[in-house]
Amino acid sequence: MSSASSHRPFDLMEPTERPYFDLLGTGLVGVVPGQRPGPDGWGRGGPPHGGAWVHVGEDGRARAFIGKVDVGQGTRTALCLVVAEELSLPLSAVELTMGDTDVCPWDMGTFGSRSMPDAAQHLRSAGATAGAALRALGAKRLGVGPDRVELSNGSVVVRGADSGPSVPYRDLVRGLRKVELASPAVVPVAPSSWKQAGHPTTEVTAEEIVTGARRYTSDLRLPGMLHGKILFPPSYGARLVKVDLAGARTVPGVTAIHEGEVVAVAAPDLLSARLALSKIRAEWESPPQPDEKEVVEFLRNHPAEGEDFWDVMHHSTGDVASALGQAPISLRATFTSAYIAHVPLETRAVLASWEGGRLTVRVGTQTPFRARDALADALSLSPSDVRVIVPPTGSGFGGKHTTDLAIAAARLSKASGRPVRITYSREEEFVHAYFRPMAVIDLDAGAEKDGTLTAWQFHVLNAGSAAARTPYRVANQKIDNQPTDSPLPQASYRALAATANNFARESMIDELAARVGEDPVAYRLRHLEDDRLATVLRAVTERAAWVPRDHYGARPPAPTGQGVAVGLEKGGRVATFAEVRVDEQRRLEVRRLVTGYECGAIVHPSNLRSQVEGGTVMALGGALFEAVHFDNGRILNPRLSEYRVPRFHDLPPIEVILLDRPDLPSQGGGETPLIGVAPAVANAIFDATGTRLRSLPLAPDGLVP
Amino acid sequence: MATSPVGGRPGATATLRVNGVDRVVPLLPDRSLLYVLREELELTGTKYGCGEGECGACKVLLNGVAVRACKTPVGEAVGPPIETIEGLASSAERLHPVQKAFIEAGAFQCGFCTPGMIIAAVSLLKRLPEPTDEEIRAAMDGNICRCGGYARILEAIRNAATTAHVPSRSV
Repeated sequence: MSSASSHRPFDLMEPTERPYFDLLGTGLVGVVPGQRPGPDGWGRGGPPHGGAWVHVGEDGRARAFIGKVDVGQGTRTALCLVVAEELSLPLSAVELTMGDTDVCPWDMGTFGSRSMPDAAQHLRSAGATAGAALRALGAKRLGVGPDRVELSNGSVVVRGADSGPSVPYRDLVRGLRKVELASPAVVPVAPSSWKQAGHPTTEVTAEEIVTGARRYTSDLRLPGMLHGKILFPPSYGARLVKVDLAGARTVPGVTAIHEGEVVAVAAPDLLSARLALSKIRAEWESPPQPDEKEVVEFLRNHPAEGEDFWDVMHHSTGDVASALGQAPISLRATFTSAYIAHVPLETRAVLASWEGGRLTVRVGTQTPFRARDALADALSLSPSDVRVIVPPTGSGFGGKHTTDLAIAAARLSKASGRPVRITYSREEEFVHAYFRPMAVIDLDAGAEKDGTLTAWQFHVLNAGSAAARTPYRVANQKIDNQPTDSPLPQASYRALAATANNFARESMIDELAARVGEDPVAYRLRHLEDDRLATVLRAVTERAAWVPRDHYGARPPAPTGQGVAVGLEKGGRVATFAEVRVDEQRRLEVRRLVTGYECGAIVHPSNLRSQVEGGTVMALGGALFEAVHFDNGRILNPRLSEYRVPRFHDLPPIEVILLDRPDLPSQGGGETPLIGVAPAVANAIFDATGTRLRSLPLAPDGLVP
Repeated sequence: MATSPVGGRPGATATLRVNGVDRVVPLLPDRSLLYVLREELELTGTKYGCGEGECGACKVLLNGVAVRACKTPVGEAVGPPIETIEGLASSAERLHPVQKAFIEAGAFQCGFCTPGMIIAAVSLLKRLPEPTDEEIRAAMDGNICRCGGYARILEAIRNAATTAHVPSRSV
């Protein structure tokens, strides 16, 4: 069947050739063209992107399209706000379609805190382009020069005239089929002049969320839909030797497949699907895998080639070996962080269906275009014959980049001729996803007698290079990341390696301050090269009423301790203050956290605050007690009763300070606010007890080791 | 509806009173109330989060008290009124005070835990119209928000308690 030509995805067409008006009716479209990846996978002068487009229709409403997705981080409202701002429309008159591969601009995926620096900027430009065209049309209609008019609440009005002549957008775009491409001459509204963006706003999804009306992927159904289950290997790395599907096929209504790597069943109801799965007879070959106790040695002994964000990284200035050799003070330590799980509250879910020869997959993924291409590859289809739609998704945290369940559902749907939905059980979500990579970081620091840093050798194993660089002034540096094989599946995670790398660096900085008895805030401030970061640290210590410490590190153990940490990553600057109490039984209580954050011009302050608060809580879980336990490729705690995540009783008082910089480009806020928590708490524990903890989680049983 | 080969007497039905309406469902007593609500009645506001009673995403009111639908066999839900998140607001314009308070406090991110949180909060406020923060934390500790929105949820419940003591609609 060839329905493809009539469904050609917009991203595979030139910006001026897309059938915008067939889709949305006549009107005006502002388009930012995309920038495809270069040969190195990166764009020219920045990340590759597919741009953005905004349609203003005869109903006077704006419909915007972007390839990013909102899996719960609140970017939908933020992105609607910038469009509303450019077009001077109420937020309620803006609709945003995200992550639908048929009509949205291409996107590499929603990761790396790129929604504000990239998607928001493209939507601002697309909105500004449409706005400029509206001004030109309006000025002509009103018989004045284009510089005499402005946009005001859905109309073009004569500038400065309170009740002068005006013309609503709907009148200007009637019968129009006009596509305007963004040009450098059209400049979006400066953040310092924002009237809607930059101000607290209720989420556009609020009502559907509190009423239960919001339909996540796992809530969707289509007529005749079957429920799918995948046969998973019993341990990581196990290979299927033999499989017999006959037993599964005795269950009424069951379709069972073994295609490529996929063994799966689909049945009219979930219980039948589970029954059918249990009747599959499979033989596996399970290569031995290292257990948890030997994992550090395993990582040290298994270097691997780098790829993607696992890139091998080498940064070097000066001569670190001789600087370390000559340093009057030298400290050496190894820091580790455990494998941890994303635990999105909505487990992975997908709904696949075919119409003619065309496949539609609704899936909670952070990478819809990558999913489309993977589906096309796996099923030998043209990308034009695959549509991926990302419905509301119950969080991702970097965990929802996988495409295997989408491929399984698509194959089951094809084999059965029915729509197929797969929703992972919680245990499947734990075991058959992937984890935040374990980190092993070997750190050597050298300093003068007064503590001035002279040498910094920072060697990361496995975790990745995020935040491995240091924001502190030090002449001789050697920083590298060595990818390794992993005994568990591992990939992206909220803040990824930045959490471990920042933990190691900020702990070591604290050790150096303690070694020379200097106040740890003053010690940081005298080494920080970045004024913005120093400003955030000052704001946090002021709020926390930090008392500068004499003879830091020399006092006897006390019930309470305080610590600070900073971090600079993905354009955001964070400082965290922690206060802890450690009682005589070594029980740890986090009594207070203050997080300061600066990420340029704030687009959606109430959501940014929410992200920083929530990120601080999530980071507390990884800092204190979260860890995946494993043995020989099997996960030992794949349940919420066994893998502890933060709950209400874990919530300390959290204060958030946001520093708005309308003069600077907007950066993301979903990741970097997390990275100060673990080291600030570890430093506070040191302050209270004199014990320096170098492994995350710090207190898995609630006790300071 | 497809005949299930899994348990139950073929053809047996039961009547559940859900959000004030009688609903006839197949009676397979081992099936969870969560399964019946979501898969038979398509009331998908009640969520599956863990299936072992640990996360609270599946909470519904049974006789006005929050229960975990994933751990409640449907046989135990025959008789008493069941209220799900869909039944809390009498109309889009008339949200329950707890729903309003969640919106005003911005007490959600991805929103997946929110129905269970709201049900748990409604149940709490029926029992304790003016709870202390400690009582709120204790009552809500069985509900997980992986986005970490606890502070705002606490604030929303606190505000709902002080602004209105409106019980949920009787069913």
